[in-house]
Amino acid sequence: MSVDTATVRHIARLARLQMSDAEVAAMVPELNNILGWVEQLGEVDTDGVEPLTAVIEQKLRLRDDVVNDGGIRNEVLANAPDAQHGFFAVPKVIE
Amino acid sequence: MAGLTGKTIAELRDGFRAGEFSAREIATAFNDAVAAARALNAYTVETPGDALAAADTADNARNRGDLQPLSGIPLGIKDLFATAGVDTTSGSNILKGFKPPYESTVTLNLRRAGAGMLGKLNMDEFAMGSSNETSAYGPVISPWKRSDGGNAALTPGGSSGGSAAAVAAGLAPGVTGTDTGGSIRQPAAFVGISGIKPTYGRCSRWGVVAFASSLDQAGPMTRTVRDCAIMLEAMSGFDPKDSTSLDLPVPHWEAGLSSDLRGKRVGIPREYRIDGVPEEINALWDRGIEWLRDAGAEPVEISLPHTKYALPTYYIIAPAEASSNLARYDGVRYGMREQGSGGLEGMYAATRAAGFGAEVKRRIMIGTYVLSAGFYDAYFNKAQRVRALIKQDFARAFEQCDLILTPTAPSAAFGLGEKMSDPLAMYLNDVFAVPASLAGLPAMSVPGGLDAQGLPLGLHLIGNELDEQGVLNAGLAIEERAGFTARPEKWW
Repeated sequence: MSVDTATVRHIARLARLQMSDAEVAAMVPELNNILGWVEQLGEVDTDGVEPLTAVIEQKLRLRDDVVNDGGIRNEVLANAPDAQHGFFAVPKVIE
Repeated sequence: MAGLTGKTIAELRDGFRAGEFSAREIATAFNDAVAAARALNAYTVETPGDALAAADTADNARNRGDLQPLSGIPLGIKDLFATAGVDTTSGSNILKGFKPPYESTVTLNLRRAGAGMLGKLNMDEFAMGSSNETSAYGPVISPWKRSDGGNAALTPGGSSGGSAAAVAAGLAPGVTGTDTGGSIRQPAAFVGISGIKPTYGRCSRWGVVAFASSLDQAGPMTRTVRDCAIMLEAMSGFDPKDSTSLDLPVPHWEAGLSSDLRGKRVGIPREYRIDGVPEEINALWDRGIEWLRDAGAEPVEISLPHTKYALPTYYIIAPAEASSNLARYDGVRYGMREQGSGGLEGMYAATRAAGFGAEVKRRIMIGTYVLSAGFYDAYFNKAQRVRALIKQDFARAFEQCDLILTPTAPSAAFGLGEKMSDPLAMYLNDVFAVPASLAGLPAMSVPGGLDAQGLPLGLHLIGNELDEQGVLNAGLAIEERAGFTARPEKWW
């Protein structure tokens, strides 16, 4: 499988990365190079092999469903590029 | 390196306890060394006040007879550990100015053990790189030079390049690193120091900026194997805030150190003899086998048949996890924002385009592609199946041996700029390191010797799950026999 400029534009849009035409054009051979290389995994017989889900066997823990955090609005907002009236502010989304 | 900055953590700890010097003297000596070494670009933030405050606490604790394991020891902290109130940027422009209101569990553990912080250490952007050249702060310059009379600037390796350079140059007696696919071990090898990545889950990932969550592990980088044991003991431990943290007691690794390897079998994987590796590296590997034999171990040939598929497997899984983890950088909650055009979506895309560097974008693109509709099974699931086979290779090998010995990296440190134009050549740096990462196993690099150009080469030990002690002990056996004392000549 290989990618073309249309695919790269589509992936960049999914990844929310703005790219110029020149950047898209440069990315096509780079991605194809890497994808061509990883495709050697096709040689490996994985029939009947389950995909690995946990690198070290362990049970996911459960904890009591209780509030153990909160009340730190100012700390949460302290690093925001734009915080207003105790909220994160973003460009207008409803016209 | 003379005086206090030439000492190991164990020497500093013991000398401080014996009253030979104060913690303030230690902190001052390292603060001065850090300030005098800006040419190396190892630190992105210097925090001399933090180191001095911890030193004063340690001096008072000594007077009261109330010492902690790391009282009096100042450390460097890789820039992807969240440190409360101190810039934490993961080497990226997108996090410039981010001051976390919280402290990572690992650094909190180190602080509770009495350590102070000298500053934050430069690294490849989001730990994606093997040469420190992807950092938004520019590359770290290795303190080492080739002995050919040339003056080429060399890489300290990556992604923990600032960490490696700081220890090698005497700018910290020990540092934190993180290892996703070799980021502790390869830089440790490149600068002639020791570094260990513990079993996945030993060190909490909470407050560590995420790259590839199923692979990321923190670990120490120090001058000696003993120092690695001391620091790892302080960093490790169960943390309910990390869902994959191991709920197990932390062994007393330092007390358990022994270089007597009688009864141990050391596996030598035949698939790690690969084409294109300099003969010096294979010769050092052979010396390593003899050193372990001399320590009482029995070398046995083993096979890890899926070794050649580890790198391509890694370069599907790690970018996939990264593309998901890095979705959080959206210009809303922290970090930089670019207004862009086209409302909220335009702001996201413009912020991420301006904030991420080329390698990070490349990996986000790869990761997004292999997770996208129609390709998920062919790439991501396929890679997770091969990963299961790689893990099974190790499980079978450990039925025949207790430890595995290999070289750490396929070359010595290379020059800055030599590999940046070819991502695949850069990825090959981690060919020996990545398989243990995919299997979650403890692994360590210890210095073995110098190559013909006077540059350090490392030996790599891989242990079975939870057997950090076995790895450290074999590392100690090599350290005692390699007699590696070379240090870079000070030019900075």
